[in-house]
Amino acid sequence: MQAVLEHSPPAGATALNQTKVRGKRTGLLLLSPSVLLLLVWSIVPLVMTLWYSVQNYNLVDPTLHGFAGIDNYWYLLTDPDFLHSLLNTFILVAGVLLISVGGGTLLAVLYDQEFFGRGIARIMVISPFFIMPTVSALLWKNLMLHPIYGVYSAMMRAVGLTPIDWLARFPLLTVMMIVAWEWLPFAVLILLTAVQSLDGEQREAARMDGAGPIARFRYIILPHLGRAISVVVMIETIYLLTIFAEISVTTAGGPGVASTNLAYLIYSRALLQFDVGGASAGGVIAIIIANIVAIFLVRAVARNLEA
Amino acid sequence: MALKTKTSTRIGVTILGWGIALWLFFPIFWMILTSFKSEVQAISTPPKLFFMPTLSSYGEVFERASYWHFALNTVIVSVGATAIAVALAVPAAYSMAFLPSKRTRGTLLWMLSTRMLPPVGVLVPIYLLARNTHLLDTCTGLAVVDMLTNLPIIVWMLYTFFREVPAPILEAGRMDGATRWQEMTMVLLPLALPGIASTALLSLILCWNEAFWSLNLTSSHAAPLTAFIASFSSPEGLFFGKLSAASTLAVAPILVFGWISQKQLVRGLTFGAVK
Repeated sequence: MQAVLEHSPPAGATALNQTKVRGKRTGLLLLSPSVLLLLVWSIVPLVMTLWYSVQNYNLVDPTLHGFAGIDNYWYLLTDPDFLHSLLNTFILVAGVLLISVGGGTLLAVLYDQEFFGRGIARIMVISPFFIMPTVSALLWKNLMLHPIYGVYSAMMRAVGLTPIDWLARFPLLTVMMIVAWEWLPFAVLILLTAVQSLDGEQREAARMDGAGPIARFRYIILPHLGRAISVVVMIETIYLLTIFAEISVTTAGGPGVASTNLAYLIYSRALLQFDVGGASAGGVIAIIIANIVAIFLVRAVARNLEA
Repeated sequence: MALKTKTSTRIGVTILGWGIALWLFFPIFWMILTSFKSEVQAISTPPKLFFMPTLSSYGEVFERASYWHFALNTVIVSVGATAIAVALAVPAAYSMAFLPSKRTRGTLLWMLSTRMLPPVGVLVPIYLLARNTHLLDTCTGLAVVDMLTNLPIIVWMLYTFFREVPAPILEAGRMDGATRWQEMTMVLLPLALPGIASTALLSLILCWNEAFWSLNLTSSHAAPLTAFIASFSSPEGLFFGKLSAASTLAVAPILVFGWISQKQLVRGLTFGAVK
């Protein structure tokens, strides 16, 4: 690559036209390593997944092979576990979105107000986002929610209630709470940045005109946050569709399939049952769902690229 | 802020702001606190807020759990993946920011779309490819996957930073006879260094906390901290002191990085859509 760079013409020595052509070629050469890698990375695994999804392929049963047609898809779509995991996936995504975006919007407005020690309070609120998923999951499972030793259980006992074994009684809801704890700070971080870019004079003017805090929130802050909120929703959705570590560490998808989402189902089909074909069919479905969301995200970002 | 807010409102906001902050931060605070307890103190009921701090849990994590082995894996994978990704992304972002063509916009959006591929959708092929090339349970294999998943974000973030460097400065350099290579290394890089640094930091944070591929592509040899902590999901996790000490060590560097760079991270996390 360096050799090519040295070929760039010294300024003024060549005609403008030639410089342009060279510039184009240099640009392409500088860009190509990243583009080629990403091209391979995005196409090869995708094609392999599609291929495996129409094959009979089990790592522990070599006698089973050959073209399967749509059998893998058929088994998956008629499997109640799959439908349950699909439902769980949507509940998890919707629940976490509701908590993190709703709460995040309100908290962004709150931490935009000036108060004593605001800087430190903000840092504390944002912190959970930087905790690795396995730590957050175990932190909640053991230190907070453990039915005997957990702090929350101790608090419940202190006020005369019987502690609840959260992960056994409400596995999906508890996983949702843990994930929401990780993603609420993300929403606050992004939305707070967006709120702060709001023109101070505009807000001041509304206040002078006698608009109360609720009216100001509804008619000035919320419209301004519109695009930031949509970006947060889409980015979170992409990540939330494939929540894995939190489930793997806390409930392992159980009891039964009570907290199994699509990602965990595919993992257990592939690496616990070695059913490559079935897991790949699940993978294709996950890719289709993610792509539907991705189309909207790419559009939202594309609009911003014009500016 | 020309108008005065009512004192009662201000007190209310202060209480609410601090109350929510303390509540959300409490699990982290409790984890750090528990890491300085002995195992007996850690599971005492009711939980103790005041106690004689001890470093015994940390001692155990270092002695018995070979913490350094996992920490080293995390550092190798995150730093390696970040270094390669930035090295690839700087020329790409330079090309798109300063030598744009008709296809630049489409290329950028296509790169973004590759990031949307759900990892679980390609778990099977990546696992089999890693197994067949003997990259399963190696730092190299994990670093390559981390590098490729983060490359689009890094190109994007660098692109938005490079766009802020005024093109005339680069052109002036070229007039003085600088080659493209010199232009990039001697003019652009110093100017964009803060941007490159925060881009690298975001990549480090994402790699450090990456759990899906870590759990699925490594077992013991190349297991990073995310996978090491996951091993506490066994009954061993009930040694609260040890769990807390290992967790505190695993998250401390990233927590500090995150605090320092929160402002710049927004740009990378939203592909420049929110600044």
